[in-house]
Amino acid sequence: MPTILYFAWVRDMIGTAEESADPPADVTTVGALAAWLAGRSEGHRAALADLTRIRAAVDQQFADLDASIEGAREIAFFPPVTGG
Amino acid sequence: MITVAVQQAPFSVEDALAPLEALGGGAVASFVGLVRSDGGIEALTLEHYPGMTEVALRRLAEEAVARWSLIGATVIHRVGELRLGERIVLVATCAPHRRDALDACAYLIDRLKTDAPFWKRETRGGDGRWVEARASDDAAAARWSQPSPQS
Repeated sequence: MPTILYFAWVRDMIGTAEESADPPADVTTVGALAAWLAGRSEGHRAALADLTRIRAAVDQQFADLDASIEGAREIAFFPPVTGG
Repeated sequence: MITVAVQQAPFSVEDALAPLEALGGGAVASFVGLVRSDGGIEALTLEHYPGMTEVALRRLAEEAVARWSLIGATVIHRVGELRLGERIVLVATCAPHRRDALDACAYLIDRLKTDAPFWKRETRGGDGRWVEARASDDAAAARWSQPSPQS
């Protein structure tokens, strides 16, 4: 069961930095997982409503929405990065 | 020699450059990013993705070392709450000659802005707001993917 991490305003809106998830078998991609997680609470829905504003990582590697989550241990959702 | 650090503590530029200056190259280039005062910003809070950040920074440094045949590269990025004028980030490179050191230094800071998981939250008038990513940063990073224009 993968751990889901949230950062920056995604975390603020969802109200938690980390949770575990046991998605159904037909949820196989990052984008499908986000859509499934959006059903968890009003905060999830608000944070994940517009996936063009969301970036993701699978096992600490940047990943597109169509990337597979098969076998993933850690999946993170966050805004576009703003370091430097 | 690659050195990567993600830390809360302030850093000394002189101390960061000294190991690069000792590598025997003829050129050390460096860039320092500071908390800018525009729009009445009082403080900046830097968040990151522990674990992924260090790996992402090391990968960028390895790419720069390979592409410009660097002798060394250093990346230091601070996290936590930073006040106006404080140093946020240092990237530095060491090469036999200045052109490779300068180009690799620009590459590192441009790519760091789009390829390392940091997020800035700025405080103005006591109110916090997450900083939006800028299209100009994407463009700056993307130019390194294209054949470099000859001048």
